Amino acid sequence: MSVRVRVPTPLRKFTNGADEVNAQGPNVRAIVDDLDRSYPGIRERICDETGKVRRFVNVYVNGDDIRFLQNLETSLKDGDNISIVPAIAGGL
Amino acid sequence: MSKPLTARWAVADTFREPKKVESVLDLIGDTPLVEIRKIAHSISPAVRLFAKLEGFNPGGSVKDRAALKMVREGIRSGKLAQGKTILDSTSGNTGIALAMIGRALGFPVELVMPSNVSLERKRTINAYGAKIIYSDPLEGSDGAIRHCRKVLEQNPEKYFKPDQYFNPMNPQAHYETTGPEIFRQTDGEITHFLAGIGTSGTIMGTGRFLKEKNPRIRVIAVEPDDALHGLEGLKHMASSIVPGIYHEAELDEKISVSTEDAYAMVYRLSQEEGILVGQSAGAAMHATLQVARKLRAGTLVTVFPDFGDKYLTTNLWVGWRDRMAVGNLTFSI
Repeated sequence: MSVRVRVPTPLRKFTNGADEVNAQGPNVRAIVDDLDRSYPGIRERICDETGKVRRFVNVYVNGDDIRFLQNLETSLKDGDNISIVPAIAGGL
Repeated sequence: MSKPLTARWAVADTFREPKKVESVLDLIGDTPLVEIRKIAHSISPAVRLFAKLEGFNPGGSVKDRAALKMVREGIRSGKLAQGKTILDSTSGNTGIALAMIGRALGFPVELVMPSNVSLERKRTINAYGAKIIYSDPLEGSDGAIRHCRKVLEQNPEKYFKPDQYFNPMNPQAHYETTGPEIFRQTDGEITHFLAGIGTSGTIMGTGRFLKEKNPRIRVIAVEPDDALHGLEGLKHMASSIVPGIYHEAELDEKISVSTEDAYAMVYRLSQEEGILVGQSAGAAMHATLQVARKLRAGTLVTVFPDFGDKYLTTNLWVGWRDRMAVGNLTFSI
């Protein structure tokens, strides 16, 4: 699956400034892994040491929070839109 | 340290005499300083820690001080007059302060904030009747700053923009109020002042006053350890639009705090001290404890920018008992 991922300002240092990138994978976990292959270091900003999405990061698939779907196992289809959004607004 | 159940605060049968004032604006400032005791149990007995509880301001945060000063200066200079609307970008607390002050003085208020600020903030601002313009949550508070500039450019005559990131009246409010209050409340014994940086108004203004009184007082800023963080209200300077009022040379030190450590301290403050605060206060307390551990003697003062009631719907409290295993507290600090 090829999806579009919207990247928040504080993570754009990994994506050479790009606010939107492409990634491949059947579910959100695979997308995060793929992002980390293209942009090393980005995974540990999104996920903690146990592999879960950090509490202050929200990931949306087509506008729905993955915490209310199947979390990182949420499956994807071609053309889905993923947004990585800081859970709070402060000081980004 | 006194045993809690025999201490004065446990057995006193009096309350403080409440103030009588003419306006809600008279209630801004003059906030209490509370000693932090239990969390500080492992530090030298000659080191004392105090927190200024800015949640006691009528708008519920430290931002009331700067907002009031900026608005008053606007009126004094003639830039804010009848018919004008107050406009600014904010990640929340300044918005609440401006919404409250605008109502009290009869000015309409419009605020630009990222759509991912906490629900409580949006609802509070809405309840004061201010208009909220949402900016892209992926662009954070810098996105709100840029969006606000555009709104102003389209209709410059309509608005008065306090411009909290660049207005010298923001630190001046703290130079005139927060600094003197802390110096007086500690009988001039303060040795270290620590505060988080958002606009940097608190640390710049308070620090400037304290240094004038005693140049040996160390002024220490607290900031998130990474650009991507969960400390609402705080700024990671290296990756942000640097506020015009921020002068790093006036700081003695900067301490970085991780979101996880700040959250853990919020839980400790609520469970051990009975003080429910926001995450920026957790970050400030974490850094204060780090500094305190290295000292033999000292009087450390930090600022708790607001109480925790504004964050009850945020991820801060999701599953916190599991993470902290309350009753068997295990912390990394």
